[in-house]
Amino acid sequence: MLEIINLHAKIAGTDTEIIRGLNLTVNAGEVAAIMGPNGSGKSTLSYIIAGRDDYEVTEGDILYNGESILEMDPAERATAGIFLAFQYPMEIPGVATMEFLKVAMNEQRKARGEEPLKVPEFLKRVKEAAASLSMDMNMLKRPLNVGFSGGEKKRAEILQMKLLQPKLCVLDETDSGLDIDALKIVADGVNALRSPDRAVLVITHYQRLLDYIVPDKVHVLYRGQVIKSGDKSLALDLEKNGYAGVIGEAA
Amino acid sequence: MNMHAQMHTAAEKALLDAYDQRMADLPGDSAVAVKRDNAIEMLKAGLPTKRIEAWHYTDLRRLLTSVPDFEPAGNAKALDPLIEGSAVLAILNGQTTGHLNNVEGVTVERVFEKLQNGSLAPALEPDGNDDAIGALNTAFVSDGWHVTVADGTELTTPLELQDTQDGGQVHLGLPVHIGNSVKATIVERHAGKRPGLTSCVTNLVVGDDSEVLWLIVQEQPEAATHLAQFNAWIGKNARLTVFVMNSGGKLVRQEIRVITKGEGSDFQLRGINLLAGETHTDVTMVLDHAVPNTTSRELIRNIVTGRAHGVFQGRINVHQIAQKTDAKMACNTLLLSDDGEFSTKPELEIFADDVACGHGATVTEIDKNHLFYLMARGIDEKTARGLLVKAFLAEVIEELEVESVVEALESRLDAWFATHG
Repeated sequence: MLEIINLHAKIAGTDTEIIRGLNLTVNAGEVAAIMGPNGSGKSTLSYIIAGRDDYEVTEGDILYNGESILEMDPAERATAGIFLAFQYPMEIPGVATMEFLKVAMNEQRKARGEEPLKVPEFLKRVKEAAASLSMDMNMLKRPLNVGFSGGEKKRAEILQMKLLQPKLCVLDETDSGLDIDALKIVADGVNALRSPDRAVLVITHYQRLLDYIVPDKVHVLYRGQVIKSGDKSLALDLEKNGYAGVIGEAA
Repeated sequence: MNMHAQMHTAAEKALLDAYDQRMADLPGDSAVAVKRDNAIEMLKAGLPTKRIEAWHYTDLRRLLTSVPDFEPAGNAKALDPLIEGSAVLAILNGQTTGHLNNVEGVTVERVFEKLQNGSLAPALEPDGNDDAIGALNTAFVSDGWHVTVADGTELTTPLELQDTQDGGQVHLGLPVHIGNSVKATIVERHAGKRPGLTSCVTNLVVGDDSEVLWLIVQEQPEAATHLAQFNAWIGKNARLTVFVMNSGGKLVRQEIRVITKGEGSDFQLRGINLLAGETHTDVTMVLDHAVPNTTSRELIRNIVTGRAHGVFQGRINVHQIAQKTDAKMACNTLLLSDDGEFSTKPELEIFADDVACGHGATVTEIDKNHLFYLMARGIDEKTARGLLVKAFLAEVIEELEVESVVEALESRLDAWFATHG
């Protein structure tokens, strides 16, 4: 589903290369974890997949279902089924959350040639998704993410993911700022989305989240490259022994 | 005004000629005629230039390039009220039309008649030599609605003073006297089919313990000249909220001059300017905190597209006796084009020592992070930009809280975006 080939990327307008020849394949039905120390390029990778223009790809390619997405803007990638759950979701004053959800869902439907959702159907879907994440509907009456706690913002990201039903979900440090109860709720939300035609890329610093979202594969990112791949036992090993051993092996 | 030794501009000459031609037809007794003559003497000295501080960003002498003829026979039509169910007092091509159907506590008279009988003569008084709008209006004012709201009246539906025109020149007076313990929402609306020149002076007195929401909605045609002045005096424990929206006109100046006359009074100004094309729009506020224990907040939001130039001047004078004044002013602008421009001049002049006053101004572009976030959810760039721009403005509108008012203003926003988005 996702194939990243010898990807090189730098911060746009500078010579600072962050991704340095990264190779990664994620298959449909798979949950892959990306782990790595601070500054290894994890968040950058998630932004590049989503199409943020602060980064410039200088070499290599990103294929999604066999086709390059590098020329697509973030909205086109999203309507194609790519979803990034942000590490730091934006607070946008003045944009009502419900209005935002409706526009996003209908824009994606429009891009797929579907009719816009009728209001009762839209409300029903939002209520169901919110209930499954133990979110108060009153929260959704506020402007987008404004005044939400860290945990509420993360839940709101998963809510959006549930409503938009993407095919490739990229979760950028979704566990940061979550207490253990919220973590379980968020993990349940992600697990409910696991399906044979969907892939999930979990970017995380710690093993903790992977106790709840059990990965099929674990990849270690260091200095902009995947230096080691394995199964879920690799995450446990990293938790116990730290990154130094793996980095040493690769060097 | 200016002591130009030089010749009059074409626009100045047209105004002076128009006065000579119209003098005999203008309504008013001898007292009014004297006021008009004095005002025209001010105009003879020339329109203000950027050398006059209050007009620094709006060089009226340079910007007013032409003055249309009078066309009292124009074909203006009344519009549906801004807020559904409002009682409309219409002014078509500068002439009051129709009457008010039984709104309890409200009496209306025609300014035309109050000029004829001279009772408005004392109110015709430009405020010093730089008051070009006051002078222009005094010279030519011909009609408008004089509204009185009796003590204790609670208006259940808004009142709309609706000026529509079809080219030519229109000079209006809107004296409104609100008694004590009144609750009222009043819409002052300016629109037209063909561009013309409008001057309008509103004088609002708000009695003690009253609560007034005054909405100025200016949607003149693209090539129109709109010169307006809103003066208000606020009584004890009274609250006045003024919302001004400019989304039309080629040359626009809206002056807002407010004095807190009674202790415990509160003034709120909210404004949005939607600027497009090659236009010039100036909102200039002068607020006097003249007694102790009064509060004010001003929040202006602007979007600038095309080659438009916007101006906000906000001056807050805190008089020496006005202790415990609490005043805050902010002006935020979204620049959406490379050639747009916005000038902000906040001024605080404080003579009291126990006050809390502040101001802030920002000029920004659309936040890239916000745009990316919306696009990452599949919202295309144009739609996402539209959402963010509207959000920036909607914050000001939503603060008004009254649902029917918020909906009405948001629908005007949508109408503007439909043609300029």
